[in-house]
Amino acid sequence: MAGNTNAPTSDITPVGAQAEAEARRLSTAPGGQRDPNSFAESVKDALAAAFLAGVLGFFFIGIRTDIAPGGLDLKMRWGAWIVSILIVFAGRLLLNLFVYKTHRPVTRRMKVKAPGSGDAADQVAKWLKRALLAFALILPFFFTIFFPNKDRQFIDLAILIMTYIMLGWGLNIVVGLAGLLDLGYVAFYAVGAYSFALLAQYFGFGFWLALPLAGILAASWGLILGFPVLRLRGDYLAIVTLAFGEIIRVVLLNWYEFTNGPDGISGIPKPTFFGLELKRGEGGFADFFGIAYDPIQRFIFLYYIILVLALITNFVTLRLRRLPIGRAWEALREDEIACRSLGINTRNTKLTAFAIGAMFGGFAGSFFATRQGFISPESFTFLESAIILAIVVLGGLGSQIGVVIAAVVMIGGIELLRNLGFLQQVFGGGFDPVQYRMLIFGLAMVLIMVWKPRGLVSTREPSAVLKEKKRIGADLVAQGEGH
Amino acid sequence: MEYFVQQLINGLTLGSIYGLIAIGYTMVYGIIGMINFAHGDVFMIGSFIALAMFLVLTTVLGFTFLPVVLLIVLIIAMLFTSAWGWTVERLAYRPLRGSFRLAPLITAIGMSIVLQNFVQITQGARVKPLPPQIRGGVTLMEGSTEAGTIVVQMSYMQMIIIVTTIVLMAGFTLLISRTPLGRAQRACEQDRKMAALLGINVDRTISLTFVMGAALAAVAGLMFLLLYGVIDFYIGFLAGVKAFTAAVLGGIGSLPGAMLGGLLIGLIEVFWSGYFSVEYKDVAAFSILAIVLIFLPSGLLGQPEVEKV
Repeated sequence: MAGNTNAPTSDITPVGAQAEAEARRLSTAPGGQRDPNSFAESVKDALAAAFLAGVLGFFFIGIRTDIAPGGLDLKMRWGAWIVSILIVFAGRLLLNLFVYKTHRPVTRRMKVKAPGSGDAADQVAKWLKRALLAFALILPFFFTIFFPNKDRQFIDLAILIMTYIMLGWGLNIVVGLAGLLDLGYVAFYAVGAYSFALLAQYFGFGFWLALPLAGILAASWGLILGFPVLRLRGDYLAIVTLAFGEIIRVVLLNWYEFTNGPDGISGIPKPTFFGLELKRGEGGFADFFGIAYDPIQRFIFLYYIILVLALITNFVTLRLRRLPIGRAWEALREDEIACRSLGINTRNTKLTAFAIGAMFGGFAGSFFATRQGFISPESFTFLESAIILAIVVLGGLGSQIGVVIAAVVMIGGIELLRNLGFLQQVFGGGFDPVQYRMLIFGLAMVLIMVWKPRGLVSTREPSAVLKEKKRIGADLVAQGEGH
Repeated sequence: MEYFVQQLINGLTLGSIYGLIAIGYTMVYGIIGMINFAHGDVFMIGSFIALAMFLVLTTVLGFTFLPVVLLIVLIIAMLFTSAWGWTVERLAYRPLRGSFRLAPLITAIGMSIVLQNFVQITQGARVKPLPPQIRGGVTLMEGSTEAGTIVVQMSYMQMIIIVTTIVLMAGFTLLISRTPLGRAQRACEQDRKMAALLGINVDRTISLTFVMGAALAAVAGLMFLLLYGVIDFYIGFLAGVKAFTAAVLGGIGSLPGAMLGGLLIGLIEVFWSGYFSVEYKDVAAFSILAIVLIFLPSGLLGQPEVEKV
């Protein structure tokens, strides 16, 4: 039953067939032969798509069930249904005319340019990284000086984005470098957050003491989970990690005596600056340094903590990539069987990636707990794992700068959506852009994977290079490239 | 004893539903070797279509004769859900055939998120209650304990679910073993390249596999709706993971295995909540998944996987 070959079915056409088909396509279609690129064909195809959209949308866009007194009530929305069909028709027609069914697709230029080629692109990327780092370092002061009224809001958003960048970088070690799909990353985030919260509640630990412990605990959970399951195939691993994430959440929710269940844990201590609390009055940070107290100081402090944590994650990842273990991760991602043949202990290699990724998740979790001051199992649902995974995937598996861009665009973009008042005027008062957030995330995941499977920033450079850089990869070899 | 028998009946009913969903997972895995993560959400789509169609028939068109209504709902739900299954495959999986291993899995997760949120936006996040339509049942046993009398009852609803599942399974087994389509599927399962060389339209066969899986998921969706009377946009997640567990437990790629696994998972869940704790019933299902994968990766009826280079 399981003799599946993962080779593409399309590569079995005889060698000459493609050239022949090309010639036939380009010839002027004598003898009433239909040209697949004609306008009529495009319209026909778009009509089929519109029909399908009508069928799919009929029970969802056309009809809405609502709770009414005395049972459920139906509401017909034929207007919205017809509009959705028309949108699909127009979209498909335009795609056909300009991309799919034309001799000169407008997207052909994008395909020619190989990613990561050319020194100019490398230079741009290098300067972009430096500029972003410089901006991240001065960000709180930038906001306090230029947006004095909204600085608190902006810095808070920056903290949120930075948390997701750190989580993205942590998950990138597991998914991007080692090629293990982890759908339960939020479990380690939860372990980190709850470790700190419980240590603080029962033993009165402070943030700085609990932070390494939270990381170690999360890493141990990674080892405990990873040890038995990492010999499984990649997709099984995905499901087991998903199950593990849910188990952790259900246990946190139901073990009322220990974790306080759905009520969560509150009163988690704030971090201190070398023993100084960031509070008003005697003995506080502002008092010690003789400056005026301002609530914004705490936000700036939190921002720098997460920035440092994130940069440590990035630095460790970059250094690890240069070590044999990092190279083994990347080799494992490309071809596990080849790795085993070369004598790499695949299980230990996977396990280290898993545990290190989990450790950074634990650090981020501890930070989350101290920032919020309150945590409950609500914050650690599968949705959270999906968002982090979406950031990693959209940024390009294995690309550090890609994660940054994806996190800024997605988390920042959602906040932007929240503040766009004119959308409500366009779509009516009940329109809430935020509820489209996950729909957009999901669609973006599918589209990016189909269009550019390596992600938006898909440099995926091999760390070890012999003489010159080449495009390599098991799947590229399978497609007849990259030898 | 009476309590045990009652739980057994409940477990078999629930297990039938899981089994029907599990078939979708196992067939797709057998033929293209990927986990169709969005399959649980296709099940959810099926139950929403069934609900809407049921309301259209009863409130708008004024049908009252329940068996006919349910039959029409079943057929419509199967047809429309099949369209969804086909579209998911066409949009998210077919373009990635031959891409790297994780790519279709990631699009599957994306698709699952899309389906959930599409339904949440278009139908609202609140649960949709449907009052029980099929009432009554047959009393099988009566017994008395110190707490009072216990009546073992098998409701008509449970009978319908179990009978429908048996009929569908029989039909399905025939379809796979006797028809040209089933032969093409088995051929693709064994060796896709060779099947293509022998003139089988592989893409079409794979599409039809998704369509069949979606149709069975729609049946499960309708049954779930009638049995529990409450659906929301999130039911596909849990049901999907449990059905996947069932498919793995039975041996992924094996059809009788999927059904057996479904029944076992249903029984385990019901007995767990009946004798231990209701809160941790999902933990039980998830733990079984992990334990089976670790100690018995090829499942009860599956064949061990041979890794080819």
